[in-house]
Amino acid sequence: MAGPEFEVPKLTEYTDVPKIMEGAMAHSKSFPAPQASQTSLGYPWQLTDDWHDRAINRMGELLGKYRSLRVFMDACVHCGACTDKCHYFLGTADPKNMPVARQDLMRKVYRRYFTLPGKVVPWLVGAEDLTKEILDDWYNYYHQCSECRRCSVYCPYGIDTAEITMAGREILNTVGMGQKYSSEIIAKVFKIGNNLGLPGPALEDTLLGLEEDIEADTGVAVKMPLDVKGAEILLITPSADFFSEPHVESLIGYAKVFHAAGASWTLSTHASEAGNFGLFNGNYETMKKVAMRIRDAALELGVKRIIVGECGHAWRVAYSFWNTLTGIGYGGNDPFSIELQKQLDPRFPQPMHICEYTWDLIQKGQLKFDKSLNDDRVITFHDSCNVARGSRMGDEPGGQFTIPRNIIKAVANHYHDMAAETIGEATFCCGGGAGILTDDLLEVRVKGALPRMNAFNNVVQNNGVNFLALICAICKAQFTKVVPYYGFDRSMVGGVHQLVSTAIKLD
Amino acid sequence: MTSLTLFYTGLYYFAAIVLVAGVAYRIAEYSRTPAPLKIPTTPAPTTNTGVVLRMAREVVLFESLFKSNKWIWVFGWMFHIGLALVLLRHVRYFQEPLWFVVEFIQPYGKYASFAMVAGLLGLWARRFLVDRVRYISTPSDHLMLALLLGIGVSGMMTTFVSHTDIVALKAFALGLVTFDWHPVPSDGPLLVHLTLVALLMIIFPVSKLLHAPGIFFSPTRNQADNPRETRHIAPWAAAAERK
Repeated sequence: MAGPEFEVPKLTEYTDVPKIMEGAMAHSKSFPAPQASQTSLGYPWQLTDDWHDRAINRMGELLGKYRSLRVFMDACVHCGACTDKCHYFLGTADPKNMPVARQDLMRKVYRRYFTLPGKVVPWLVGAEDLTKEILDDWYNYYHQCSECRRCSVYCPYGIDTAEITMAGREILNTVGMGQKYSSEIIAKVFKIGNNLGLPGPALEDTLLGLEEDIEADTGVAVKMPLDVKGAEILLITPSADFFSEPHVESLIGYAKVFHAAGASWTLSTHASEAGNFGLFNGNYETMKKVAMRIRDAALELGVKRIIVGECGHAWRVAYSFWNTLTGIGYGGNDPFSIELQKQLDPRFPQPMHICEYTWDLIQKGQLKFDKSLNDDRVITFHDSCNVARGSRMGDEPGGQFTIPRNIIKAVANHYHDMAAETIGEATFCCGGGAGILTDDLLEVRVKGALPRMNAFNNVVQNNGVNFLALICAICKAQFTKVVPYYGFDRSMVGGVHQLVSTAIKLD
Repeated sequence: MTSLTLFYTGLYYFAAIVLVAGVAYRIAEYSRTPAPLKIPTTPAPTTNTGVVLRMAREVVLFESLFKSNKWIWVFGWMFHIGLALVLLRHVRYFQEPLWFVVEFIQPYGKYASFAMVAGLLGLWARRFLVDRVRYISTPSDHLMLALLLGIGVSGMMTTFVSHTDIVALKAFALGLVTFDWHPVPSDGPLLVHLTLVALLMIIFPVSKLLHAPGIFFSPTRNQADNPRETRHIAPWAAAAERK
C-alpha cells in the first residue's frame, strides 16, 4: 500500500469537535463520469452550454415533486444543532461539511431564484446567483456526503441533508456533471444486472465453486441454487457477496441457514444485485428501473417470499421503497401491485431482511449452534446508517438494532457494544456510503471514518474487541480498506452471517 | 381620526392580510407538493397515532433539539415557551370578557417575557461565540434576533418602565377586530413595539419563520413507518406507472 497523500487523523478517546478550517477539503474531486455511462443513464457527459437555465429548471421541477426538498429549503433557521453531527465535518474540519452549510450551498441558490427576499435583497438573506463556481462546490461537497441521515436525527425540523445531496447530484447530472463511480455502476446494472458487471455464467461458476468449498469444509452438501423456477424464496443480495472478502463469508452463512431450515430458495441472474445506486443520485426513475429487475425476477420465478442479504442502502430501498417502486409488499389496490401480491405468501413480511429470517428461525429453535466456535472472537456491532435511520426490522421500532445483536449473542459468547452515542440511531457512518466508496475519494473516506474508528478503538483497547460485525456490503468494503490506516488489521472486519456461518451446526 | 391612528390602523390590516394570506399560500404549497417516498427518520412510530405523539413531542418539547445540543435547547425552548405565554397574555387586548385561561395567565405572561428575552440573548450570543454557528449566520439571522429582541424589550418597557394606557390600547385593538376604530395611544415604547410586531407579521411568510408551519410537513417526522404494509405512491409516480 502506497503511503497516503494526506494526514490520517489521530485516534482519540472521544471525537472532539474541531475548530473550522475553511477550504480544508476544497481540493477533493471525484472523477467525472464518462460519455458511455452518462449516455446510458440519459444524461449529458459534458457541461452543457445552457447549464445555468437547465440547473434552475431542474431545481424547480424537483421542488414541485419532492415535499422534502420544498420544506427543507424553507424551514432551516441556522440554529447550529447539526453543525457537529456529520462524520465528514468531524474528520475534516471543513465547514462546508457541516450539514447546514452543505444544505446552504443549494439554499442560497434556491433563495435567489425561488423566494421574494432572495430576489429583492439577496445580500441580506445569503442568496446568490448560480455560477460555475457554485456548481463546482456542489460537485465537491455533494460527494462528501454519504446520505447517512445522522443530521436528520438531530435537526429540530427533521431536515435530512441526504434529500438535498440527492437533489444536488441529480441537478449536476442534468447539466453533465456526473460522478464516474456511481454513473458506471448504474450503467452496469442496466446492462448486466449487477453493480460488478458479473454476467450469468460467471455467477454460476462462482456459486458452484462456493458449494465445493463448503462441502470440503463441512462435509455437508450446502447448495446455492440459481434461477430455480418455483422456489419458495428469492434471495436478493449485494453482488459483492459473490466474490469480495469478507462479504462472501456471509453469503455462505445465508446458504447454511437456508440449508439448516430446509428452505427452498434461489438466487437470480437477472436480479443479481440488492444495491440500488439510483437512491444516491435522487432520480426516482433510475431507482425504479433498477428495482424493477427484482419484481420481474420474482414474477418470472414464481417465488412466494423475497429476502434481502446484508446491505445497508439496499435494505433501505427494499424496506422503505420497493412497495412504492415495484409493488413488492402489501396494501396495493392497483393491478400492478395485485399481480405480485397475490403470488406472495401473506404470512410473512415482504421483503424480509436475512437477519429477520435467521432470528425468526433461532426463536423457533430451528437452528442449532456451537457458540464456542466463535470463542476466539470478541465482537462489536456497527449499525449501518441506512438500516439504522432509514428502515426497520421486526415488528417494533428499533428492531433494526436489537435483531442483529440478538443473532450475534445467539451464535457467540463475547459481545461488547461501542459507546451509546455512536450506535443505534446515533450511529456514525463508515465513511464510504452513497457513492463515496471509490479510490478517488480515499481521503474523504479515511477522514470520514474517524468517529467510528475512535469508538471502535475504545472497545478494542478496553474490552479486547477483535471483530467488527457488519450487515452492509459498503461498510464491509470501506472498513476493509480503511481500518489499516488507523492501525487495525483488516481481518477484524466481517459480516453477522459470517459469525452465524462459523457456529451453525449442519446435518 | 389622527394620521397616527390612521397609519397604525392601516398597517395592522395590511400586516394581518399579508400574514394570513402568505402563510396560507405556503401551507397550500407544502400540501400540494407530494412526498413520493417513505422517508421517516427511524426508529419511527408505526401508526398515525404514534406520529401525532412524535410531532407533539417535537413541537412542545423540541425532542430532537434536546438530543442534539442542550444549550440551543435551553435558549430556544425558553424563548418559545416565553413567547407562547406572552402571546396568550396578549389575547386580552382582543376580547371582552376574557377567557379564563387568558385571565389566569396574566401574571405568568408578564414574567415570561424575561425568559423570552434571555433565550434570545443566549441564541444571539452563540452566533458570535461558537465558530461553527458564526460561519453559518447570515445578516438576516442577526436581524431576525434583533427584531424579536426589539419586540420583547419594547413590550416589556410598556409594562415595567413607562406604563401604556392599556384601556386606550384595548379600545384600539378591539376596534381593529370590530371595525369600530379608536385612537392609538401615542407613547414611544408602544409605537416601537407595534411597528416591530407588524414588521414581523409581514416578513413571516417569506422568512425562516416558516419553520413553524414547515415542521408539520416535514416527511422525516410526519410519516408512519409502515411501508411494507401500505403502498405509498405520489400522484405523479402513479400517473407514470399507468403509462
